[in-house]
Amino acid sequence: MENLNALVDAALAEVEQAGDIRALDDVRVKYLGKKGEISALMKGLGKLSAEERPKAGAVINDGKQKVQDAIATRKSALEEAALAEQLASETVDVTLPGRGEMPGNLHPVNRMRRRIEDFFLRLGFDIAEGPEVEDDFHNFEALNIPSHHPARAMHDTFYFGDGRLLRTHTSPVQVRVMKEGKPPFRIIAPGRVYRCDSDLTHTPMFHQVEGLLVDKGVTFADLRGTVAEFLRFIFEVEDLPVRFRPSYFPFTEPSAEVDVGCVSCGGEGCRVCSHTGWIEIMGCGMVHPKVLEHGGVDASEYTGFAFGMGIERITMLRYGVNDLRLFFENDTRFLSQFS
Amino acid sequence: MLVNEAWLREWVNPAVDTDTLVKQLTMAGLEVDGVEPAAPAFTGVVVGQVIGCEPHPDADKLRVCQVTNGTDTAQVVCGASNVREGLKIPFAQVGAVLPGDFKIKKAKLRGVESFGMLCGASELGLEDLIDGLMELPDDAPVGTDVRDYLTLDDAIIEVDLTPNRADCLSVRGIAREVGVMNQSPLTELAISKVAPAIDDTLTIKLADSAACPRYLGRVIKGVNVSAATPLWMVERLRRAGLRTIDPIVDVTNYVLLELGQPLHAFDLARLNGGITVRQANAGEKLLTLDDQALTLRDDTLVIADDSDALALAGVMGGKPSSVTADTRDIFLECAFFSPLAIAGKARSYGLHTDSSHRFERGVDPQLQNDAIERATALILEIAGGQPGPVSEALDEAQLPAQAEIDLHADHIEGLLGMRLPAEQVEDILGRLGMEVSTQESGQAWTVLAPSWRFDMAIEPDLIEELARIYGYEKLPSRVPAGSPSGESVGEHQVAVRRLADTLIDRGYLEAITYSFVEPGLLKQVEPRVEPLPLLNPISTDLGAMRTTLLAGLFSTARHNLNRQAERLRLFETGLRFVPGKQGLTQTPMLAGLLFGSAQPQNWEGKRPVDFFDLKGDVEALLQLSEPGAFAFEAGEHPALHPGQTAALKRNGHLVGHLGRIHPRLAAELDLPANLYAFELELAPLQQGVLPQFAGVSDQPRMRRDLAFVVADDVPAGELIAAVHAACDERLTGVRIFDIYQGDSIGENRKSLALGLTFQDRSRTLKDQEVNDLVDAVVSQLKQQFNAALRD
Repeated sequence: MENLNALVDAALAEVEQAGDIRALDDVRVKYLGKKGEISALMKGLGKLSAEERPKAGAVINDGKQKVQDAIATRKSALEEAALAEQLASETVDVTLPGRGEMPGNLHPVNRMRRRIEDFFLRLGFDIAEGPEVEDDFHNFEALNIPSHHPARAMHDTFYFGDGRLLRTHTSPVQVRVMKEGKPPFRIIAPGRVYRCDSDLTHTPMFHQVEGLLVDKGVTFADLRGTVAEFLRFIFEVEDLPVRFRPSYFPFTEPSAEVDVGCVSCGGEGCRVCSHTGWIEIMGCGMVHPKVLEHGGVDASEYTGFAFGMGIERITMLRYGVNDLRLFFENDTRFLSQFS
Repeated sequence: MLVNEAWLREWVNPAVDTDTLVKQLTMAGLEVDGVEPAAPAFTGVVVGQVIGCEPHPDADKLRVCQVTNGTDTAQVVCGASNVREGLKIPFAQVGAVLPGDFKIKKAKLRGVESFGMLCGASELGLEDLIDGLMELPDDAPVGTDVRDYLTLDDAIIEVDLTPNRADCLSVRGIAREVGVMNQSPLTELAISKVAPAIDDTLTIKLADSAACPRYLGRVIKGVNVSAATPLWMVERLRRAGLRTIDPIVDVTNYVLLELGQPLHAFDLARLNGGITVRQANAGEKLLTLDDQALTLRDDTLVIADDSDALALAGVMGGKPSSVTADTRDIFLECAFFSPLAIAGKARSYGLHTDSSHRFERGVDPQLQNDAIERATALILEIAGGQPGPVSEALDEAQLPAQAEIDLHADHIEGLLGMRLPAEQVEDILGRLGMEVSTQESGQAWTVLAPSWRFDMAIEPDLIEELARIYGYEKLPSRVPAGSPSGESVGEHQVAVRRLADTLIDRGYLEAITYSFVEPGLLKQVEPRVEPLPLLNPISTDLGAMRTTLLAGLFSTARHNLNRQAERLRLFETGLRFVPGKQGLTQTPMLAGLLFGSAQPQNWEGKRPVDFFDLKGDVEALLQLSEPGAFAFEAGEHPALHPGQTAALKRNGHLVGHLGRIHPRLAAELDLPANLYAFELELAPLQQGVLPQFAGVSDQPRMRRDLAFVVADDVPAGELIAAVHAACDERLTGVRIFDIYQGDSIGENRKSLALGLTFQDRSRTLKDQEVNDLVDAVVSQLKQQFNAALRD
């Protein structure tokens, strides 16, 4: 049995020295394998008497268990170490930037256009579109602006020389929608419009949204309520002051200009509002009976309101853009600021 | 229009301050653009009189004056050439502060003490009429503060009038509005007929009485054109933005500002015979007052004598017949021209005058008699002269009639959303000068608009007036009831915003470029189409409607590359304008541009974008629609590289192109050659399909990988189509997982490695079945492309 103790000691020492799982397995095979040195001792039990055999067997098993336990302990230690090493080797610098494309974004004007659309879609308006190269009838005549009307001077129109022109406002879509359908109508018509004017505060192309609601019993009160709600939604100011002023458009009667309390200074007066505390934001009114007639709508049965606004102006106010011309330079250093 | 407040308050003087007045005007629809003081701030300047004037002992150009302010006399050294004994002038005393914070102190000029300063007009912020000191009238009360004497504590109110309110293009017109708003009475001018002193008249003939239904004229003989226009009138003209010219022109301008009626005076000596108001003869010449030699069209109304056109009716007088320093006798005219006869005429000759501005919009057709009498009286007062009788040519039937409009209480409520009490309706209309007669008590009225409210035509015009005076702000407000119009967008429709969002999520920025671009650029990018040119472009580089969105995107790329951009992903949506035999086609397009590294620059090194990055982005768009309906083919586009251009088709119809910029175009446009772009019609991309569930198969999939060697010009797309053609629906997928070219397979050959996936929906496929399918593929490809299986 001294032999057993020596073997167990040797085995334990080798287990301790085993540097990796494989070396440890070699130790296991060497001592505890089928042909292992400790296993061989078991085979020697046959030479012992029946009384001695159980006792000796227990002693050997005891030694064997010791070695097995040591191997298991050592194995788990080695596995821990290996895992730790693996983890260490797999460590990355998490502060390095991630991979892949970052999203771009909409043009700020179309970002605002979507917001405007979203409001009116919720109110049950449809989005309508029309041609940008228009004819005189839809852009002027049908909107009660006959040739030589002084209001034409307010529209610096681009012409093609054959009666066609670039629409100066989105209002012709009103007429097209009415001509093509049957009342009631609830539409907005966003899009590009063109005026022959270019300076610090004018670009020859810009965007408008036209709105039209024609139904039985529509009044100026509906117009006021819709516009006020809309402006409060757009600027996210619950008690935004909204002011209706009498104005003139040939295609509405009564007509109004709408001002909001300056969103920049809160009405105190600043550069943005020319120290008036108010900002002119849109024109609107009750659709002129002649326009309804041109649209094929019976003006004795239906009334309606219409409004029109420039998207750039609202975009500038909302996002603090201070130069209109930036919108059409398409400098990515500008465009990318509206994500 | 510039209105000076003091003048206005002579007409109507409600107990409201300037701020309130301005707000009232704005809220009545006469928008005030700004308020300026009539003169800048200054203090300590009184009416002084020079009572002694001696040469300066040591300076030729200076004089030593004794100046009185009515109580004290001060010695003032003055260098003005018009200083003289007896002259009344603005006298800035010691302690005065002139505009620009210029303090007047005791001073010594060349050894002589000076106590104060004698002022020229510009030193008080006024207009210099003459060189030197401002000469005040002899009756100016010495010692009075000049600000009071000249009513300089006055506001100049700039009113931006809408075209319908021509009745407000005068002090009287604005005063009427102020009176209505404040319920204040108007102090009307007492205008009486000036009795003729002589009998001279000119005959007046209206050759086109529709264009000119009323023309008044009067001879005034012996006027003194060199008489000075009184200071009060000069100041009022100045505050309205007009300069003094001579007493005759000043008076006509004054009456224009006061009453809104343009007038004109001819030099009687220059007229030959009587006056005819007629259309011009084509080619007739007229030299205008501002020295423009016009060749007239025959649609232009003129005032003519027996030989020539004298004036462009309602627009501007002619030079040869104008009043000059030598004029002794004048012919004063005052007419009503129909707005339609005048509208657009001034502009068509490149003119715009105070007169044309008013006649185009409309002048009160009943104003002419008052205006000519008022002007005559003022001319006589200032320049003297002997007036003749007024001759009038009139075609009453052609004068605009006062509008008579029926008004119903129900319609008021129908338009405004509230019922206005009948008394209020009648009161407001009455204040506006309308004659209201009741048809049905409290329910219906007949309203006769005053002659100056020629903008009244239909019932809503009256209702607007009611709303305006009642106050828009007091009208009710509600969010409209009623149901949506219900034209819903089909679920299979792909919204433009969904397509845009896909590009955005793939790193694109949205651009908006002008719809008109430089015609030369269009020719370079899309030479196959002749663009639609603008008749009056803002500049030549914005001269034609775009036939392709690529032109704008290429320009945008250059703009950004010139500003150190290293990577670009841009897209735009909008119309393309293509003229054709069937007329102009305006097609909504989606275009994009790609340049730089495939990924944002990172720590892993970068790969430049190539065709397949571009195509991947386009394929992502198709995925939203109906990917199976689209096919890419080798294509051609003048702006794109012939070897790297695909035509995208939907069921055989061309949708657009994508590819690399043509190197020649890139060089011409100073753009890099590795720039990629696409332009697609939007409509085909917006046609999607409603999803249809096809069940999920649990049967195992079998995959076979095969490599085929084919000629290198065989398109992969056709090879894959052939694989599908050789199999049935049990082939569920084909992927190209490798492409190889090299010596081992021979020159001009390529090897395409295909992964084929097979699956039956209801049972496990047997090996033999898959083998049969693979054999079919091999033989199909061999037959069609002479494809060999690679070992």
